Amino acid sequence: MSSQDIPEENLPAEQDHAHGAVATADEENPFADPGLPPHEHRIQDIDERAAKRSERAVAFLFTVSMLATIGFIVSYLAIPNDKSIFVFPIGHLSAMNFALGLTLGVALFCIGAGAVHWARTLMSDVEIADDRHPIEASPEVRAKVHADFRQGAAESGFGRRKLIRNTMFGAMALVPLSGVMLLGGLGPAPKTKLRHTMWAKGKRLVNMNTGQPLRPEDVAVGSLTFAMPDGMSEHDEDFQNEIAKAALMIVRLQPDDIKDKRELDWSHQGVVAYSKICTHVGCPISLYEQQTHHVLCPCHQSTFDLTDGARVIFGPAGHALPQLRIGVDSEGYLQALGDFEEPVGPAFWERG
Amino acid sequence: MSTAPNEQSRSRGKAPAGERVADWADGRLGIYSLAKANMRKIFPDHWSFMLGEVCMYSFIIIILTGVYLTLFFHPSMNEVEYHGSYVPMQGQLMSEAFNSTLHISFDVRGGLLIRQIHHWGAVVFLAGMFVHMMRVFFTGAFRKPREVNWLFGFLLFVLGMFTGFTGYSLPDDLLSGTGVRIAEGLVLSVPIVGTYISFFLFGGEFPGHDFVARFYSIHILLLPGIMLGLMVAHLILVFYHKHTQFAGPGKTEKNVVGMPLLPVYMAKAGGFFFLVFGVLAVLAAVAQINPIWAMGPYRPDQVSTGAQPDWYMGFSEGFVRVMPGWEINVAGHTLVLGVLIPLIVFGLMLVSIAVYPFIESWITGDKREHHILDRPRNAPTRTALGVAWLTFFAMAMVGGGNDLWATHFHLSVNSVTYFVRIFLFAGPVIAYIVTKRICLGLQRRDREKVLHGRETGIIKRLPHGEFIEVHEPLSQEQLHTLTAHEQYTPAEIGPTVDENGVERKVPASQKLRAKLSNAYYGEHAQIPKPRAEEYKEITSGHGHH
Repeated sequence: MSSQDIPEENLPAEQDHAHGAVATADEENPFADPGLPPHEHRIQDIDERAAKRSERAVAFLFTVSMLATIGFIVSYLAIPNDKSIFVFPIGHLSAMNFALGLTLGVALFCIGAGAVHWARTLMSDVEIADDRHPIEASPEVRAKVHADFRQGAAESGFGRRKLIRNTMFGAMALVPLSGVMLLGGLGPAPKTKLRHTMWAKGKRLVNMNTGQPLRPEDVAVGSLTFAMPDGMSEHDEDFQNEIAKAALMIVRLQPDDIKDKRELDWSHQGVVAYSKICTHVGCPISLYEQQTHHVLCPCHQSTFDLTDGARVIFGPAGHALPQLRIGVDSEGYLQALGDFEEPVGPAFWERG
Repeated sequence: MSTAPNEQSRSRGKAPAGERVADWADGRLGIYSLAKANMRKIFPDHWSFMLGEVCMYSFIIIILTGVYLTLFFHPSMNEVEYHGSYVPMQGQLMSEAFNSTLHISFDVRGGLLIRQIHHWGAVVFLAGMFVHMMRVFFTGAFRKPREVNWLFGFLLFVLGMFTGFTGYSLPDDLLSGTGVRIAEGLVLSVPIVGTYISFFLFGGEFPGHDFVARFYSIHILLLPGIMLGLMVAHLILVFYHKHTQFAGPGKTEKNVVGMPLLPVYMAKAGGFFFLVFGVLAVLAAVAQINPIWAMGPYRPDQVSTGAQPDWYMGFSEGFVRVMPGWEINVAGHTLVLGVLIPLIVFGLMLVSIAVYPFIESWITGDKREHHILDRPRNAPTRTALGVAWLTFFAMAMVGGGNDLWATHFHLSVNSVTYFVRIFLFAGPVIAYIVTKRICLGLQRRDREKVLHGRETGIIKRLPHGEFIEVHEPLSQEQLHTLTAHEQYTPAEIGPTVDENGVERKVPASQKLRAKLSNAYYGEHAQIPKPRAEEYKEITSGHGHH
């Protein structure tokens, strides 16, 4: 604290003229501040009839508000919950919602409009100037505070007794660790959970819509079929978690159209099965272009070419969709020949 | 304690009830000293000062309606079968969260209205904060002594975004669940700890059984609690600093000109609460928002097209959509740059808001208090930077809705994406240049008006046949208002070699500062405002030309 003064530069920016000075344009400064302009009277300030009109307008708004509140109560009690009405040009609405919202809105709005109209037309509109004061304390106060602090700090011995200080810092730094440890209960460690799905060798592919196992002949050219592993049910405790990884999409291609050799090997008579979960951030891919056999994720438009190992041909996805190796079992149903060979869904640090 | 009998009798017998209650409270709470300073506190009048009020009132409305919603909402992911009054969903499996939201929407009288006011309130709250921050930014109201309050406001905006996100995720519907899934994908992209954060956030694998309950406590307690504290602190500082005002006759850095809290602003601001609430109620009556029954309960293997977040999250969605899918695989690990970079850019976009006041004050080196607002034109570089930021934001929003642009305007979604990839960078540059030109043009116009007066549109024919337009000199008020702004001179490093030829070390930070200062206040960055001598020379000698 070398200086006891507020440095000049910290004071409010100086203007041409001191506060409130009513300067006139002179030889010195034609741009001088002429000071607050004289107050201009409103019609309500000089004409009592106009003021009465404003008063009536405000009272009218408050009255409308009261009526609207009564309307709200009546609507709440009288309108059946499931009644629908047609309101031009919006369309069909819940009558209850429409009536309650409108009456409540009018009741509130009119209070606001009345208050604002009252303030604008009837309350004084004379502008008043208030002084500002610098935010920072005066030099005396500043010096006093600093001195008090130094005295307090000295009396505590905080700076002198280093052993106390250092151990206290140590204790304070360690104690939050307990809190961090407690957060450990928030979730299990990932382990290899993201690498495995319900799919396994011999699991039949079950049509998501019908719940029936699929045969190759059920998959028509040009259709997109969604499948889940046999033995899974919507009522399962962990259905949501499992379907988030196991969701499968199946299409039929002409074997000649398949450009990728591994894709051909893993297919069955042109039927190929890919993970439905986008490798970008995990949306389910649902849009299929029959002519090109491209699939597109509706969330971020990542586009995959199903004839070429589902490689990414557009969009933000970073790698191809995992393919499921399929075949048919002895009864002619499509079955998985194992789990996905790589993790499905979005990439993550341990994915590799 | 006075024991004068006449005083005692006055306070017991004659004083009106209100006064006696106030006296009672003052004796215990000391309200009179508080009222002395604030009851007739002066607030300047300008339409843009109501934007902050919109935020405050919509926040209060959100809290009121939100408390009502908690009376009926069940933050649970237990699967139940639907048996409510919405026929199309009868018998469908859904979480209790979704079930209870349907219950609020169809079976609780007025429940849908409150739900819609709550959601509309959130949309308006965030929009209000966004525009309010634009007002504060473009008028330079963030300058000393208000930098800390800018930070409070910034935190309110960011926390508001996440409160909004956790809020609209609670019904566990197909649209919001997709949003949560995307958020999980973003978290997974974080190197080293991403997978763990995701498992800790969701209590295991996505979606798990926990996130609705966890988002619930974050949405109704943690974030709004912090926000309430920040809002109170924000308001206390507004009162303490006193309000800013635009330059004008009688308005200086040392005063604040306006009308008193009691009665004018009590009525105007108090009335404005009801106006905002009324508008939100009418919106909720006629404009449907988030019809979860049209989307259905969340299933990780289902999705619909046209999935957009609420508007304030749209720009982050845009980054995610237009980013190329870069992925690096090294030593058994994956660095998902295609997802990580959008996440980082999202953070940097927000951080840039927070740090701007400190950067500008470092460049100007100005340590004075500023209470007179800048007109945006008088700070061309700041204004241009702000518009460039907004352009970046808007371009990202276009990217976030690339599918909607494609379907509504019959464009290829790929072309829209490529367009955004280019104009995400080119747009802000163009916006910067154009805005700066416009600001300088407006400064020239102000200068012209001050020196030569206002164009009246009256054409006068002189005796010798020449036509001239009559210019009317500005009033003293206008002259003052148009010349009241300050103009900085660019910071200089000074000579790097002293008179003895010894080289002086100039730190790189000083060189950078001089460069930036030149960009802000150099010759090409502002039009010198008219000087008194110029004015006198033009007006005194030969009249206007």
